[in-house]
Amino acid sequence: MSNKIEIHKLDLHYGKFQALKAVDMPIRERSITALIGPSGCGKSTLLRCLNRMNDLIAGVKVKGRVLLDGQDIYAPGVEVPELRKRVGMVFQRPNPFPLSVYDNVAYGLRVAGLRTRARTAEIVEKSLKGAWLWENLKDRLDSPALELPLDQQQRLCIARLLAVEPEVILMDEPCSALDPIATMKVEELMMELKKDYTIVIVTHNMQQAARVSEYSGYMLLGDMVEFGLTANIFTNPADPRTQDYITGRYG
Amino acid sequence: MRIPPKHTQRAAVLVMGLATLFTLAILVFIILFVLEKGLPVVSLKFLFTNPQDMGKSGGILPTLVGTILLTLVAVAIATPLGVGTAIYLTEYTRESRITRIIRFGADCLAGIPSIIFGLFGFIFFVTILKMGWSIMSGGLTLAFMILPTIIRTAEEAIKAVPNSYREVSFSLGATRWETVQKVVLPSALPGIVTGIMLGVGRSIGETAAVIFTAGSSLRMPASLMDSARTMSVHFYILAREGISTENAYGTAAILVITILFINLTAYSLMNRFVAKNN
Repeated sequence: MSNKIEIHKLDLHYGKFQALKAVDMPIRERSITALIGPSGCGKSTLLRCLNRMNDLIAGVKVKGRVLLDGQDIYAPGVEVPELRKRVGMVFQRPNPFPLSVYDNVAYGLRVAGLRTRARTAEIVEKSLKGAWLWENLKDRLDSPALELPLDQQQRLCIARLLAVEPEVILMDEPCSALDPIATMKVEELMMELKKDYTIVIVTHNMQQAARVSEYSGYMLLGDMVEFGLTANIFTNPADPRTQDYITGRYG
Repeated sequence: MRIPPKHTQRAAVLVMGLATLFTLAILVFIILFVLEKGLPVVSLKFLFTNPQDMGKSGGILPTLVGTILLTLVAVAIATPLGVGTAIYLTEYTRESRITRIIRFGADCLAGIPSIIFGLFGFIFFVTILKMGWSIMSGGLTLAFMILPTIIRTAEEAIKAVPNSYREVSFSLGATRWETVQKVVLPSALPGIVTGIMLGVGRSIGETAAVIFTAGSSLRMPASLMDSARTMSVHFYILAREGISTENAYGTAAILVITILFINLTAYSLMNRFVAKNN
């Protein structure tokens, strides 16, 4: 399997504070890569570098390279909206728009300029099926998205993302607002999605990283302390700092 | 001696309740007073015929038309300028010295007495730009007068849109303009409409700024470059020059009903819009 994304010597400063220090990491295609580490270690910041969401924050400076299929996404002339269509994101809290189920899923298509109704309906159905919501919601496409239970809202956000046909899905603690059963459902969905998509997930929950990911990166204070196969990191960490975190000595 | 909290609580509720009641009573009193004095004169004929004898007899049709046209011109000019400024200040700039100066300027503009706007409009539009006393001059002057209100209410409404909506929209590949159009403005619309309605109310009720810029012709305006008299100005002239107290109150009644009608329509439209979106 090849690398979908390669991160080389990535530095990130928020003003004077350095949040990422020369981070190197490969992300394999069609697999799940987990970023773990204690709060404030930079894992969400790193995730948000991959679709340049950090550009929206004042005072952020990025140095280094992030290659997506070999192309540096920080090179001058890169169309950021186009990049974000390829590298989509699922957020910590389910955040559907205050629109109907249908309009939520169709949002990205409308932004992309798709005008024909039949084609939109087709993609909305496919996306909802992809997020395992079609059976639940096919008769309620007009109902407000904010009235759905939280786990369905989160999967609706995933469907909304699938509709723009991304190649990479970034997930920023996607289950932290969900109960264990809903979490399980989203994890199962992730296992299904990785057949077609490259997934990077930030999680606080080490069991979750162990359950779903093939590769893990352990971060601490902006450093990528250790990266490797999840199985190795959890059973036989090379770095004593990883060992401390895995065994729950702190974090 | 210490008063038990239960009693102070009760006293506070009582005082605030009375204050609310008093406010409401004043509003109801004013409306009833005007309607009681004015409604006997009001009829379809009063609404839809031309005034005669300087307004001593006859109806108020030209002033009704003048009011509507003047307000439409003012709102049509002030809304795109105001909402555009608000979008620029909130979405396209970061908080800086310049945005603070612009905001400070808008606040100062809001505090200027309307007669000053009238004077400015008279010198600038009527005289220098040679637009004469006209609906256009008056509408432009009123537009400047209501601009700060529209900017500030639109700004607050846009700021109140949760940031997560913008974030999601960007993450789906939308540009800032697409995000503004498809997410921010629809969510902020009720607040923006409120600002516009405040502007409409001020335009309809304005006299000082209008008399200097749109004049007080009682003829039916044929174009936007004609002079016109609004209902408020008509009321002012009828009452001040003692032409006809009855017709003055009749005009006032129509004014009050118009403003109530506009506010009710705006509220119900807004409620329907909000209900549709949630």
